[in-house]
Amino acid sequence: MTDFLNDWGLTLVTFVPLAGALVMMAVPAAEEKALKQLALLSSLLAMVIGGLLLIDFDYGNAGALQYLVDARWIEVINSRYILGLDGISLPLMALTLVVVPLCVVYSWDHIPEPGNPKAFFILMLILETGMVGTFVAQDLILFFVFFEVVLLPMFFMIAVWGGENRRYASIKFFLFTLFGSALMLLSFLALFFLSTDPATGESLRTFDMRVLSDVAGAGILGATQIWIFAGMFIGFGVKVPMFPFHTWLPDAHTEAPTVGSVILAAILLKLGTYGFVRIAVPMLPEGAEAWAPWIGLLAVIGIIYGALGCLAQTDMKRLIAFSSVAHMGFVMLGIATLTDFGINAAIFGMVAHGIITGMLFFLAGSVKERYHTLEIRRLGGMLVQAPRMGWILGFCSMASLGLPGLAGFWGEFPAILSAYSPAEGLPVETFRTYMVVAAVGTVLAAGYLLWLLQRTAMGAPREEFADSDEIVDVTRTEWISWAPLLVGILLFGLVPGLIFDVTDPAVVGLLANGG
Amino acid sequence: MLGSVSTLVVAFERPAIDWHAIAPELTLLGFGALLTLVDILWLERGRAVVSALASFGLLASMVPVLTLAWDGADRSTFWGAYVVDDYSLVMKAVFLLAGYVVVLLSTNYIAEGDYWENEYYQMLLSAVLGMVVMASARDLVTIFVALELLSIPAYLMATWRKRDLRSNEAGLKYYLMGVFASAVLLYGMSLLYGAAGSTMLVDIDAAISGDGAPLAVVTLGVIFVVVGFGFKVSAFPFHTWAPDTYEGAPTPVTAFLSVASKAAGFVALLSLVFVGFWGRADVYQPLMWVLAAASMFGGNLMALRQTNVVRLLAYSGVAQAGYMLAPLAVAGESLAVADDALSSVVTYLAIYAAMNLGAFAVVIAVARRTASAGIDTYKGLFRYSPGLAVAMTIFLMALAGIPPLGGWFAKFEIVLALISPATAWGVVLGVIVAVNSVIALYYYARIASHMWVEAPPESADFDTTTPIKTPTSVTAALVLTGAATLAFGILPQWVGHFTDVTLVATLAG
Repeated sequence: MTDFLNDWGLTLVTFVPLAGALVMMAVPAAEEKALKQLALLSSLLAMVIGGLLLIDFDYGNAGALQYLVDARWIEVINSRYILGLDGISLPLMALTLVVVPLCVVYSWDHIPEPGNPKAFFILMLILETGMVGTFVAQDLILFFVFFEVVLLPMFFMIAVWGGENRRYASIKFFLFTLFGSALMLLSFLALFFLSTDPATGESLRTFDMRVLSDVAGAGILGATQIWIFAGMFIGFGVKVPMFPFHTWLPDAHTEAPTVGSVILAAILLKLGTYGFVRIAVPMLPEGAEAWAPWIGLLAVIGIIYGALGCLAQTDMKRLIAFSSVAHMGFVMLGIATLTDFGINAAIFGMVAHGIITGMLFFLAGSVKERYHTLEIRRLGGMLVQAPRMGWILGFCSMASLGLPGLAGFWGEFPAILSAYSPAEGLPVETFRTYMVVAAVGTVLAAGYLLWLLQRTAMGAPREEFADSDEIVDVTRTEWISWAPLLVGILLFGLVPGLIFDVTDPAVVGLLANGG
Repeated sequence: MLGSVSTLVVAFERPAIDWHAIAPELTLLGFGALLTLVDILWLERGRAVVSALASFGLLASMVPVLTLAWDGADRSTFWGAYVVDDYSLVMKAVFLLAGYVVVLLSTNYIAEGDYWENEYYQMLLSAVLGMVVMASARDLVTIFVALELLSIPAYLMATWRKRDLRSNEAGLKYYLMGVFASAVLLYGMSLLYGAAGSTMLVDIDAAISGDGAPLAVVTLGVIFVVVGFGFKVSAFPFHTWAPDTYEGAPTPVTAFLSVASKAAGFVALLSLVFVGFWGRADVYQPLMWVLAAASMFGGNLMALRQTNVVRLLAYSGVAQAGYMLAPLAVAGESLAVADDALSSVVTYLAIYAAMNLGAFAVVIAVARRTASAGIDTYKGLFRYSPGLAVAMTIFLMALAGIPPLGGWFAKFEIVLALISPATAWGVVLGVIVAVNSVIALYYYARIASHMWVEAPPESADFDTTTPIKTPTSVTAALVLTGAATLAFGILPQWVGHFTDVTLVATLAG
């Protein structure tokens, strides 16, 4: 079993969803039930394989890449098919493998207009392959391809199943992210040509991420590193999204169908922050050091701006979208400190934000289905009409604002704390200022989330919905798809070591190369 | 007087001909002649078989290409004017296969339109013959003969819908512009001959590379030759014929022009740059830089406003020509860079052939229902003909360069070649390529969202409820090009292995 997992585990977990999608293409669209079952089956199969990988994973050695696959791929450019799983990839891969089946379950009886479950599920499975692949790829070109594979399905998910303004939102999403990744690719190529072997001084001409983070930018002048980092900064920063590249996000989230929003918030945004942690920071340490204060600045601007944006929103979904900008700001602040403490916090923040915000978007979707509106002004009294849903909303809001004991806390608090003592060479006073500003951000977060809760869940139901029989409490499919996330919020909040213990060795190892 | 003539007569001796090396051309020629015979002998009855015969001829010509590739040795015949190496073989294969796909696309179109079928396929075969010759030509005269051999049938094919005004306009514009370009080209060639005293590209390189070469003559010669081919590859600002010709010509012919004919122009440019002009990077690099940047921006910006898919593809073709010209702007930096640049353009040509022919295959299939190529007629295609909509999306996104579809690797190779010398000019052009990919995505995605997002037009004068039936041959073309587009994107080594070629190695030795 272990041998099999070693050789095939990661390949299978990446491509099983794609295989499922291919099988589904052959099934006629009229067979809706079979199609749904196939989609669920393939995403569950991927989850089971992922589970086996998690069980078999050598946690004592979480800093090393495990289940390594290294095969020929594109020889003419010396790019190889390298997959590997370490403590940084593991939580994010697990998150993906859990969220996608939940989305399939949720979509069971919630296929958004204009229907066509076949295409909807096929796109979702292709997305899963792209996302899992990005987290386990250990070759820059392979990473790039997986990173881009997610673009098309997400574009169509928003464009076809989205809200009224979907055309604008989908194309904006597409253009922004493609612009970022085009520049990112240029940076990858620069790394390819400029990285040298520190021992011999020869050009490496490799895309192997293991080698590139080992040499950590050796042979590349500091000034050049700054330029190369800038390309990645835009590429990953658009995806995160960092202020000022964030403008696509509220539009995309608002227009996307529920499941699209969930996947976008829970996983797609993490591709950007993961890129910073895995590629930009370890491979270009000098570039990272030069940019870190600016990243920190944009991160805290994001925190405050996102929070203020939330306070101004009248639409529940848009509010959650803006809260993502703020939360990803905390993640980026953690990364900007360039310390193992900060980056651990960032990875925790990614997972926590993935679960919590994913859950909030699920809720928004269900609210929209019941009330046919997400205008906060028109909602109210959810605790009376659908008490369980109201309580879940309360629970998730508390988690999102960083209440200790719930998952959100461990992403936010250590990230703020890490800014107190950033890595050597970074301006301490600047980062301490960021720390204070970020702390103010948490207060604002509490403000907008509690206000949201007060306006939507508390009070008496509005007249127009008072007698609506569409407003029912949490349904069975909703319970099934939500329960794992709710458990996760509580579990990771109570036992944060579950994630920290896995990520820490890998983060320490990754940062050690540069020093 | 008489004495000198007699020495000339005596001096002629037949060159030793390597028959294996020219076997693909001979096969093609044989099938062209066979088509003529079938036409003369069987008359009307022959019409049933000509299309099959033409496609068989193209595939049969692949056999000697494969045996030559298997043999692996570089061959040179006609005193070195005709060279068979990996580079020419891979391009010959591209031309022959592209020609085959064009035959598949033409079969129903030409038969149903009651056009002159025999003549059409004869023209097609002779045009492909010209291209195949072009791939091996290493001498100015051979290049020119090959160019005319492929152009003149192409002029005729563009006007094939004889009773349609637009088709006449298309052919006439193409002809006038093409002849003008040929004249410019010939003038440039005469200047180069004047400077070098030889028409062989290798000799030209030797003669113009040294300091002693007259700079003005060489510069003018290079510029004129490049401009002449600039028309053929429809580079900005020599692209003006392309949109009108593409729109008016029969769509299969448009597919042929936009892929095969453009590729033939590139093959000539590549041979010229990498063999003939290679030593004069100071002359051709700036020229290529400007042409490439102008074509990318010009083509993409004009494509944004198009309302007709064929015209849009014409302008996108201008931009694609810009991507392919870009590596030539750094080609002279070093031998290694030259190899990267050449491989990248050849890779691009091969992948571009698959994805662009595929896009035209969908246009042809859809036009059978809508009788139009207006972008608006693509609205709601996904609802009533999902297969074609998915195929079109694949081809368009491949053209945009979105992984994992073929186009990404093509663009990647281009950018790799641009960055490899680490010069400021190269990097800036790389950034321009990146920016243009984003601009281009906008109009490709616009068609995609028409197909997927919009509802079918209500007042349409065509049926929007049943799936469009595609003829078998068009389906075959779709499957072939679609499979190639996907395979090249997921396993780029399949194409990269063959397109990893060199030309400058012969110079360095």
